[in-house]
Amino acid sequence: MLLRYGGEAFFFARRRRTGREKGANPMKSAGTKILLDGKGVERVLSRLTHEVIEKNKGAGEIVLVGIASGGVPLSDVIRRKIRVIEGVDVPTGFVDITLYRDDLSRAGYQARMKRTEIPFSIDDRKVILVDDVLYTGRTIRAAMDALVDFGRPRNIQLAVLIDRGHRELPIRADFVGRNVPTSRSETVLVKVEGDPGEWTVLLKEEPPGKGE
Amino acid sequence: MEWHRRHVLGLSDFHPEEMEFVVDTARSMEEVLTRDIKKVPALRGKTVVNLFFEPSTRTRTSFEMAGKRLSADVVNFSSGTSSVTKGETLLDTARNIEAMKPDILVVRHSASGAALFLSRHVSCSIINAGDGQNEHPSQGLLDLYTILKVKGKIAGLEIAIVGDILHSRVVRSDLHSLGKMGAKLRLCGPATLVPKEMARTGAVVTSDIREAVRGVDVIIMLRIQLERQKTAYFPSLREYSRMYGLNRDVFSLAKEDAVIMHPGPINRGVELSDELADCERSLVMRQVESGVAVRMALLYLLAGGSHAAH
Amino acid sequence: MLLIRGGRVIDPASGRDEIGHLALKDGRIHGFLAGDAPAGFDGTVIPAEGKWVVPGLIDMHVHLRDPGYEWKEDIASGTRAAAAGGFTSVACMANTNPVNDSAEVTRQILEKGRMEGSANVFPVAAVTRGLEGKEMTDFTELADAGAVAFSDDGKPVENPLLLRRAMEYVRPFGYRILSHAEDTALAGGGAAHEGWTARKLGIPGIPSAAEEVAIARDILIARQVGGKLHIQHISTRMGVDLLRMARRAGLDVTGETAPQYFTLTDAAIEGYDTNAKMNPPLRGEDDRMAVLEGIQDGTIDAIACDHAPHESYVKKCEFAVAANGIIGLQTSLPLSLSLLAGGKVSPAHLVGLLSAGPARVLGLRGKGTLAAGADADVTIIDPETEWVFGPGDVLSKSKNSPFLGWKMRGAAAATICGGRVRHSAIAGVGAHA
Repeated sequence: MLLRYGGEAFFFARRRRTGREKGANPMKSAGTKILLDGKGVERVLSRLTHEVIEKNKGAGEIVLVGIASGGVPLSDVIRRKIRVIEGVDVPTGFVDITLYRDDLSRAGYQARMKRTEIPFSIDDRKVILVDDVLYTGRTIRAAMDALVDFGRPRNIQLAVLIDRGHRELPIRADFVGRNVPTSRSETVLVKVEGDPGEWTVLLKEEPPGKGE
Repeated sequence: MEWHRRHVLGLSDFHPEEMEFVVDTARSMEEVLTRDIKKVPALRGKTVVNLFFEPSTRTRTSFEMAGKRLSADVVNFSSGTSSVTKGETLLDTARNIEAMKPDILVVRHSASGAALFLSRHVSCSIINAGDGQNEHPSQGLLDLYTILKVKGKIAGLEIAIVGDILHSRVVRSDLHSLGKMGAKLRLCGPATLVPKEMARTGAVVTSDIREAVRGVDVIIMLRIQLERQKTAYFPSLREYSRMYGLNRDVFSLAKEDAVIMHPGPINRGVELSDELADCERSLVMRQVESGVAVRMALLYLLAGGSHAAH
Repeated sequence: MLLIRGGRVIDPASGRDEIGHLALKDGRIHGFLAGDAPAGFDGTVIPAEGKWVVPGLIDMHVHLRDPGYEWKEDIASGTRAAAAGGFTSVACMANTNPVNDSAEVTRQILEKGRMEGSANVFPVAAVTRGLEGKEMTDFTELADAGAVAFSDDGKPVENPLLLRRAMEYVRPFGYRILSHAEDTALAGGGAAHEGWTARKLGIPGIPSAAEEVAIARDILIARQVGGKLHIQHISTRMGVDLLRMARRAGLDVTGETAPQYFTLTDAAIEGYDTNAKMNPPLRGEDDRMAVLEGIQDGTIDAIACDHAPHESYVKKCEFAVAANGIIGLQTSLPLSLSLLAGGKVSPAHLVGLLSAGPARVLGLRGKGTLAAGADADVTIIDPETEWVFGPGDVLSKSKNSPFLGWKMRGAAAATICGGRVRHSAIAGVGAHA
């Protein structure tokens, strides 16, 4: 059982070299496009939830694991929606993949650790990995490595809010909220904290040097 | 905050934010230790060499476990079985090992300043696992982490350290890790083993254990080395234990929820009574747990970080 | 014939301090001339205008490491460094290999000094055989062979009874015992001055008491037997006070200190800098001030640098095992000249500490003075020249100095030993090898 420090929530200050920035105020300047607003995100997540339930013939055998930190609030929303739709409280946890990254010793990067909490067995369960943006696929590969150290799931399925293409590994999502073709110089910014009415997904022109 | 250190030689120049950062990282590492598979691939392919010129089973084992949990390759080198006994200098020994390209050297040596000296002459990262009477930074950090886990805070706590203050590198690291984070420290021991200059650190210095322990939140007992009696620092172990040992009677002067710590190994019946060493308020085992997590954090921060520009 | 023209001739032994000319002939001081330089002088003229002309400087505490440790230093390189530092004479200690406890070794050192030295070499022989502190050496034989004094330096004479007997035995012959005053038990295996800096760095400390107890002991034994004593490398306040007290009590006790003890403190060992490791160790600021006071009020008789060359690999290691000592012959003069700042030490007083004082302590006749008939040992000092002491300037075989990189003010412009120029920075004046 993970120890909590002073009852703090699970996010620490961090910098991820993934080209996605959380908590950044959406910049309504030239070069920034709103892909989804609060209502849009809500609708997409509802559809995703229904797809998950449909493909798995109910919520009885699934567990949700959000990839820290973008996938965590999303997995929480999906869990709530499943409870409303199916009346089932699906076990939900989250996993930090920092220790499984394949790029730890790259110059200039300092991985700040986040929290992992999977307080239930994943043996023989169907694990739905949840993340906000699917890009190169390396995060998902790391998440799968982490999961496999926790147990032996029956299968692992992937649900993402946005698939922006440019895969570098043979990874594909089972459930996609929105397919957004992007160029490498663009960034997808997902804000899913705070009031869900204010959740947004932005596409922003970003100078090269960032991103996976 | 960004981690920029290439070495962990001591806590004397650590800022509080840096110590907190290590403790945060240790927290995440400790979660790994609760899993069935207590291993993560973070340091896969990296080599950690334990270069121990002073015997130590517990610290060395702790670093070894920390490295292995991170999937690093760990190699142990202890001076008794090596070329040092044939008269090879510290520098030559370290250089020979460096030529085999380790990523991190964990060094314990009997000379103060040995880790700093090596850091000037070899190019890999160095963690000081204890240099003479100077510092033992991982112990200072794990003591900080342990107290934080149990008490939830450090600032404002009253902490007594009792024993051979003069020769203890643990005390010196604790003075940094606990003092800089806002704890109020009291140092206690026989006058021959508590240098008067220690008062300059802001700690209260006393030779009366009852005064030292009265009303404190944490008591850290230090091991008294038997050789000190032979070199006339105090008359006998019996006298030492009578005046500076912690027993239930003295312990009752501390706060009701006070806890006991000890860097180990414990001389049962000398500095710490058998009963107290094992009581529910003794955090000795938790220190050992914290130790592996803190050392994993240090290895991780030094190996997997922002200094590819060596 | 040599004429040193127009310099400020400072000779404390004769009380002279005036501008003039000094004539040297046949290896001796011929005389002082006031007024204008003599016309038509038949010989070499060395211009010394704007400079000081003083008796050849003497360092009475030097380790030449010869015989036995020639990789650290030898008589040739050590005296070259001495000459460059302005010294015409050095007294070398007995902790060589073999120890200078026999007439053969004493003679060997003298011979080598004559053949290869750039300065006069005066051997100091051991008090005890092998420096083991057990048996006295053959004092008269050693003195006849040329030893000028006796010392077990490097180590103290631990057994007080043995020290008493030695002092008592040599008393009728007028020999002086130079004492490395240290109570090794109290020193307790320390590596730096017992104080805040050592505590901070976790380095075992050498308490001031280790030196003070030994100085007190040696003085009281000298008082008991009426012997001649000299305390070497004084570093503590109480040590200076004890010397002052002995002087006031009318005892024939003299004392020296080294430039490092009035220039540096134990703060110099920060970062475990082994170039600041020596025995006795650099002490606290209060001790440094006390050493200065001892110089200013005349308690200290001589400045002697305790030149202790060591090869780099015994210094490039952990502090606790690093060798003790620093080189000093090329930095002693400029560091000593800094004593003039503040006006508490006059130029004559300073010159005396480096010439007349050591000559008197060691009983060196014809040295430390510019009186007519004295040996033609003269140092010409440029007190104003500014320079940086860099590794390229070091003439010693070893470079263990905490002063490397320091800006210095003052240097020896020329060093003349026995009428021969052994070092010169004066244009047109060459040194004779």
